[in-house]
Amino acid sequence: MLDIASSSKQTASYRLKRFVTHRIKDVMPKREEEHLAGQQASRVTYTLESSLDSVNKVEQTAEQMAKKAGVDEDEIFKITMAVREAAVNAVLHGNSYDPDKRITASFENTGDSLVIRIADQGKGLDPDTLPDPLAPENLLRGSGRGIFLIRSFMDEVHFKQLHPGTELTLIKHLGTAQSGS
Amino acid sequence: MSMKITTRQVDGVTILDLSGRITLGEGSVLLRDAVRDLLAKGSKQILLNLADVNYIDSSGIGELVSAYTTARNQGGELKLLNLTKKVHDLLQITKLYTVFDVKDDEASAIASYTR
Repeated sequence: MLDIASSSKQTASYRLKRFVTHRIKDVMPKREEEHLAGQQASRVTYTLESSLDSVNKVEQTAEQMAKKAGVDEDEIFKITMAVREAAVNAVLHGNSYDPDKRITASFENTGDSLVIRIADQGKGLDPDTLPDPLAPENLLRGSGRGIFLIRSFMDEVHFKQLHPGTELTLIKHLGTAQSGS
Repeated sequence: MSMKITTRQVDGVTILDLSGRITLGEGSVLLRDAVRDLLAKGSKQILLNLADVNYIDSSGIGELVSAYTTARNQGGELKLLNLTKKVHDLLQITKLYTVFDVKDDEASAIASYTR
């Protein structure tokens, strides 16, 4: 015989659990790890809130990744800083700290290169319209150096429009960046 | 690690000893407020000692520039002391090294202010 009271309790409990799980999934950082077929490489992707904590998380992950890859100290600094700048751009200029928008950050060591992708859900960024921070008339500006530093510190930087949002791909070639090479 | 600022006076110059990271958020805001407070109180000869600043991002660089221009616009002088190699290199590649008056000795830095 069907126990209606128990059944409805279970349903309520299930609904609550679904709701809580849904909310947690909404708020908590999400980590996905892919083992790429036929390669030793793996890619880790985080979906994060538009906050300074997320910037720090992305920065720390980049540092750990570079250390693990045997990159020398100077290059670790450059990679970490470039990735931090990209994350700041995504959180601050892309998503404008909007609590409803997320950034995604993926980290991949292909064996030849470290590939970091940072995406936001903002209005989009046209890198060709950015003022040159080294131009005399811009030298004393209080902002506008982030993309310049990213380009200075990485071997390749690519921009992709996501509609909405922008994805930056930052690449550091291994070999020259590794200790002892 | 967040940033800390301690303030001292030497021969009419206010020295801010900064340590930690000058980055978006806490570090940048702390520096901005400290410099604004000094200028508001009439302390217009300011020396930022960056010996213990181990990290600075583009926001922190922007804050140094803003502090410099704010002080200058109010008739003050803001100089930098004891750059770490990383900060030195960052100011070089952003072409700001020649914009700032950078010193590596506290006594001569103090002596260099207009009396």
